[in-house]
Amino acid sequence: MDDWVIELEDIRKVYRMGIEEVNALAGLTLRVKRGEVLAIMGPSGSGKSTLMNIIGCLDRPTSGTYHLDGKTVSQLADDALAEIRNKKVGFVFQSFNLLGRSTASANVELPLRYAGVNHGRRERAQKMLRLVGLGERMDHKPMELSGGQQQRVAIARALVNDPAIILADEPTGNLDSRSGAEILDLLLQLNREQGTTLVIVTHDPNVAKHASRVIRLKDGCIEEDHVSDTKPA
Amino acid sequence: MFLTQNLLEALESLTTNKLRSGLTMLGIVIGVGAVIALLAVGQGASATISGSINSIGTNLIFIVPNRSTDITVRRPLTLQDAQAIGDPLNAPSILLTSVLYTVGPVKVSAAGQTVSMSIDGVTSTYADVRNLTMAEGDFISDTQMTGRASVAVLGTTTAENLFGTSSNLIGETVRISGQPFRIIGIQASKGGSGFTNSDDVIYIPFTTAVSRLAQSTDGAPDRVDMIVAQAVSANAVPQASDEIKQIIRSRHNTEVGKDDFTLETQQDILSVTSQITGVLTIFLGGIAAISLLVGGIGIMNIMLVSVTERTREIGLRKALGARRRDILIQFLTESATLSVVGGFIGIGLGAGLAYAIGLIANATGNSFTPVVGLNSILLATIFSATIGLFFGIYPASRAAGLQPVEALRYE
Repeated sequence: MDDWVIELEDIRKVYRMGIEEVNALAGLTLRVKRGEVLAIMGPSGSGKSTLMNIIGCLDRPTSGTYHLDGKTVSQLADDALAEIRNKKVGFVFQSFNLLGRSTASANVELPLRYAGVNHGRRERAQKMLRLVGLGERMDHKPMELSGGQQQRVAIARALVNDPAIILADEPTGNLDSRSGAEILDLLLQLNREQGTTLVIVTHDPNVAKHASRVIRLKDGCIEEDHVSDTKPA
Repeated sequence: MFLTQNLLEALESLTTNKLRSGLTMLGIVIGVGAVIALLAVGQGASATISGSINSIGTNLIFIVPNRSTDITVRRPLTLQDAQAIGDPLNAPSILLTSVLYTVGPVKVSAAGQTVSMSIDGVTSTYADVRNLTMAEGDFISDTQMTGRASVAVLGTTTAENLFGTSSNLIGETVRISGQPFRIIGIQASKGGSGFTNSDDVIYIPFTTAVSRLAQSTDGAPDRVDMIVAQAVSANAVPQASDEIKQIIRSRHNTEVGKDDFTLETQQDILSVTSQITGVLTIFLGGIAAISLLVGGIGIMNIMLVSVTERTREIGLRKALGARRRDILIQFLTESATLSVVGGFIGIGLGAGLAYAIGLIANATGNSFTPVVGLNSILLATIFSATIGLFFGIYPASRAAGLQPVEALRYE
């Protein structure tokens, strides 16, 4: 029996724009295995962002069911969804989204605070920062770090609560090609070593070619689902 | 743990924009400062006013015969009535009593000068009851009272009129209706009040007045013109009045509703002043409340701006698992911190302001001490914290209600 970490069943998402209804997702079904590296591609307006929001539990589908790590999350209330995001999903954003006032370590601690962890937060945060190669810069503020380093802090933050999936939205989009490649390497390395399921939303084919599976969206449906035979290097 | 973390984060966030936080706080600082200063001035003013009323004697009750023609059976007020009222077993609300029996006008002469004036026969307690102080010598003693001694205490004006001076007169003799009286004391000047000059008086023992000077005693040798009773406090005056009425009614066997005496108190003045100071306090409090309200609106305004500015931050926090409550508490902590810190600074400012007002008042010759009471400090603290929370609720709930998807997308 396959170990599905993400199970989306006939997901629809309808937005109302004035009197017009827009089907951002039109009955999408998708299953992701634990440990997979999935790249979601597609032009803008294809429903990419909507799918990412639903996978990340930032939004609820209009209809359909969603099981994340064995839990039905499709129609949970706001605060319940917040808890799921906190425990099961690690976000990595294109623009890093770090708190500028806080140190790297405090940024990484944030999910632990919302999880109600009171003891050993700093130690866990520091462990994660060492894991992403920022052991020397724990007390620096984001402004004092390079883009690549900021994204490493964000990755450490995504990992700190030991989530079921890492959801990366254009993680290399704001970085130069060298740091972009480093960040991608880091994510893939974490996938290999920690077995973290990685979902990357991107339109960069260079990023997608490292994924073990690539899906292409068009008009709210999966147009193409390609599983590469060889494990990416 | 959770609370201190929140507080630290709030301080961190407030200090990143020091100028804005400072200006926002200024509204509360001024508001609380105004509350503290104005309440201090109000309390000081009402203390000064009630102090000057008290010096007249707010705790005094004057008992005089009822002159109304409705009263057919009339018994005079007597020294025994005064003693009965003065007995703490009968009237626990009364501290002291004295009597006044006025003779005259009679001729008073000394050092070749002659004046015509009334003579007050009083008991030894009169000085204490009326708050008289002596410039020289002593007031009439109990021994002089029982011994019907021929001694007199003069007011400064009387002394000036007779001797041309009001000092070094102890032991001198003054002739009242031709009889010699030894001067034992000069009363310190009380200043004129209204139509009567309280410095133009001669006090002699009540017993002496009755036995030596009274033309006729009407068959009642202990008759007095007025009994003065001092209640234990100004607040006890109504209770004391009731006690007095009961005692004299039973002693005089008066019919119901036909008292042969009336009571006069300073209660009217007191109630008017308490009304005035009450209105004053409400007025000052109102002004202060308006400035606090304006300060609170300032906080709300800035918090709304802050929520809009930090929409992305809120979205991020929600993505990382912050619940509604977490965001709500975060922003409420910020607004409460602003207003409480502002409140503390305001208390300092207000106290300083009140002190300065006191200095100015004293420098211009008005003795007046503003009182920064613990209760006004507590009031201001609680009030400013409440303002911070109240005006923080709307911005905070707006922040808490943001949808993570939209908040993250916000530019």
